[in-house]
Amino acid sequence: MSMRTLTVRIKRYVPERDRAPRWEEFKVEADPHDRVLDVIQKVKWDQDETIGLRRSCAHGVCGSDAMRINGVNRLACKVLIKSLPSDVLTLEPILGLPVIKDLIVDMKPFFDHYKSVLPYLINDDPPPTTERLQSPEERARFDDTTRCILCACCTAACPPFWGDDKYVGPAAIVNAHRFIFDSRDRGAAERLDILNDTEGVWRCRTVFNCTNACPREIKVTQAIQEVKQALLTGEVDTHSIVNIHQET
Amino acid sequence: MNYHRFDCIIVGSGGAGLMAALEASKLAGTAVVSKLYPTRSHTGAAQGGIAAALANLEDDTWENHAYDTIKGGDFLVDQTAAEVLCREAVECIYDLEHMGLPFDRTPDGRISQRRFGGHTKPNPVYDPAAPAGTEAAKPRIPVKRACHSADRTGHMILQTLYQQCIKQGVTFFDEFHMLDLIMVEGECRGIVAIEIATSELHVFHAKSVLLATGGFGRMFKVSSNAFALTGDGPAIAYRHGIPLEDMEFYQFHPTGIYRLGILLSEACRGDGGVMFNGEGERFMEKYAPNLKDLASRDVCSRSIYQEVRAGRGVGGKDYVYLDIRAETINKYKTSPTGEPVDSAWVSKRLPDIIDFARTYLGVDPIHEPMPIQPTAHYAMGGLPTDVHGRVLRDESGAFIAGLYSAGESACVSVHGANRLGTNSLVDLVVFGRRTGREMARFALDRPFQSLPPKPEAYVKAEIEAVLARPRVEPWVKIRDEMQRTMMDECGVFRTADTLTKARDVLVDLQNRYRSTGVQDKGTVFNTGLLEVLELGCLLDLAQATVASALARKESRGAHSREDFPTRDDSQFFRHTFIFKDGEYPGRIGYKDVDVILRQVDGRMEPKYPLEIRKY
Repeated sequence: MSMRTLTVRIKRYVPERDRAPRWEEFKVEADPHDRVLDVIQKVKWDQDETIGLRRSCAHGVCGSDAMRINGVNRLACKVLIKSLPSDVLTLEPILGLPVIKDLIVDMKPFFDHYKSVLPYLINDDPPPTTERLQSPEERARFDDTTRCILCACCTAACPPFWGDDKYVGPAAIVNAHRFIFDSRDRGAAERLDILNDTEGVWRCRTVFNCTNACPREIKVTQAIQEVKQALLTGEVDTHSIVNIHQET
Repeated sequence: MNYHRFDCIIVGSGGAGLMAALEASKLAGTAVVSKLYPTRSHTGAAQGGIAAALANLEDDTWENHAYDTIKGGDFLVDQTAAEVLCREAVECIYDLEHMGLPFDRTPDGRISQRRFGGHTKPNPVYDPAAPAGTEAAKPRIPVKRACHSADRTGHMILQTLYQQCIKQGVTFFDEFHMLDLIMVEGECRGIVAIEIATSELHVFHAKSVLLATGGFGRMFKVSSNAFALTGDGPAIAYRHGIPLEDMEFYQFHPTGIYRLGILLSEACRGDGGVMFNGEGERFMEKYAPNLKDLASRDVCSRSIYQEVRAGRGVGGKDYVYLDIRAETINKYKTSPTGEPVDSAWVSKRLPDIIDFARTYLGVDPIHEPMPIQPTAHYAMGGLPTDVHGRVLRDESGAFIAGLYSAGESACVSVHGANRLGTNSLVDLVVFGRRTGREMARFALDRPFQSLPPKPEAYVKAEIEAVLARPRVEPWVKIRDEMQRTMMDECGVFRTADTLTKARDVLVDLQNRYRSTGVQDKGTVFNTGLLEVLELGCLLDLAQATVASALARKESRGAHSREDFPTRDDSQFFRHTFIFKDGEYPGRIGYKDVDVILRQVDGRMEPKYPLEIRKY
């Protein structure tokens, strides 16, 4: 495959310079196998060093470079140029969180929501001298939600969150789910109580944007539905996977 | 000036930093300063497993693990430290499980374990007289020792430790980038950091400072390392006259994604995957007849280079194949269970690997082999420490009061000349925990020592100088030349000629580095400025690496000198300590390897006698 000449449109906002966000265009030669991240860095390094973005691992496991790529939330390091339908690449910061500079948003509100759901194992029983036992089925019950990398692609794609930044958002619920359905955990009631709040799971309108945005392909909407179901039935089944909501 | 005061300051929020924070904050006021949000740290990219002799699936002992670690490190490992590592690994794994780490499970609900390169146990049917190639001819056989959570074990460790830090209320300064240590009268009394969002400088006054900043793989062109891995901790300490140990030992992981360097876990081969050259030959049979594809990483990486040099790369190019197809595992009878496997089993064991290959290579490893090449992966060297994380002042073994290091930035040395797969994660938790305890204990025992006036003055001047300089040339050109030079001249194979060339190029790059500036003069997330300062760290560490490699005229572990192809225990059974002298690497000293002696028939003999390393 030959090199492509891309027009990279970046929604710029440098607080020391710009009174409001503005669009800026750059032309760049890109290899089809390049990642969008490579293209942005090429522009930054060769044309305009002031472009602001976060990045670290560059292969989709650290969650630093979530952004809106051609209108959808993606990690810039997981989208290859060859997958782009046209030679125009449009980049914006993710929505719903305050923009600090260019593609960089303030992650503090996001992490505050995450911390609010008690995202850690709660079990005050004295542990055995070796491991706590857990069957492969019990382990599989919450496997999907252990994969979250806290990139905020889901929460920043959620229309109810755009309208109400007090809503804990999908990522926080995913991380609550990860412990609620862990057979070793004893904190489910406490977490479910938090999520039963007006700013908890009931803000979810089952739009599925979160599921579509997740770079780890976590079934986010299903996890939220399972938490809702646990609240409605008052039961938490940590032993078997039940398909409450078949996703396509 | 922003001033903060904590008993303990931990720089870096990967596995070692967070483990230390959990321990230290139980006893003393502790804060973690990190240039990334903690969950972005590169511990999260570790894939295949964390070793501990739990013996959940077959017989094993921590002594087996210690022997493998020492042999894997080509006998440059400090043996007391290796025993600490392997003994305490077991309780650390149970600790992590109690913290909630979601390990995969065996059918009876215990932590599941898999095979990994270089992890072995004595062969119960070994017979020295057995014909070569038979099972009985192998003195040691692979063992299932790596505790895992699919192929995202590091992600689970990082998440679990961060979760526990939230539970425990540890203080974090996220996106604060350390730029200097405050050293007074040979003691460490704090750090200076820049708040990335505002460019404001902050002074952190402390009694103990832990450098847990990770590795520096970004000095090489093809690397598995994150952009953030620029060795800030070791480089800044080195500028203060603190030595770096064993810098010549840098590990190239054999199976990086071709051209990109993204890691494809050794678990691929632990679970039965096989490497092939362009002629379809399972070449590791030639280089490591017993363990084959499960030989240690340095051996596998050299073998790939040799195949490529002999023209047996795929299509004559500089890569070979890694094949994890179920049909291949079954054909070569490499299944870890001894039973045939199917694609569903492979998908369950290696889901992220499959995703990486599909995303970045456009190859579906369920149906096709993956093009791979060695990728710069792990620094065995770093800041010299004892088994409590205390940084050594020099080769005499004296400590620097108040300064600690753990994880990849440190050299304990448990990895010697070559680290075994999974042992980096073991190192993080075992020595992170020990160091957290030690630094808190030290802090409780003494008052705060006074700071010099304006401890931030040096950093302030340095930043002003970089911002004031004209951009004579793009600094990325300097970085690219450094990375290419280190890859080509100081990579898997080295000679005096290539290293001398690298040394000269690096001198030129340092001069050019000191005369060029940045385009971005702003104060909000000026990541260009920080990248330049990171490049300065990498250049210093690259020079230390090349100088240490030039001085070690032997081949051992990951350090392969083609002009000195054998191990020379008479001269080099010792650690390199390199010191900075002004702008350049200066004095090199040596420290003996720590050897455990035991009484045998009334005589003291080494517990781990030197042997020629074969797999």
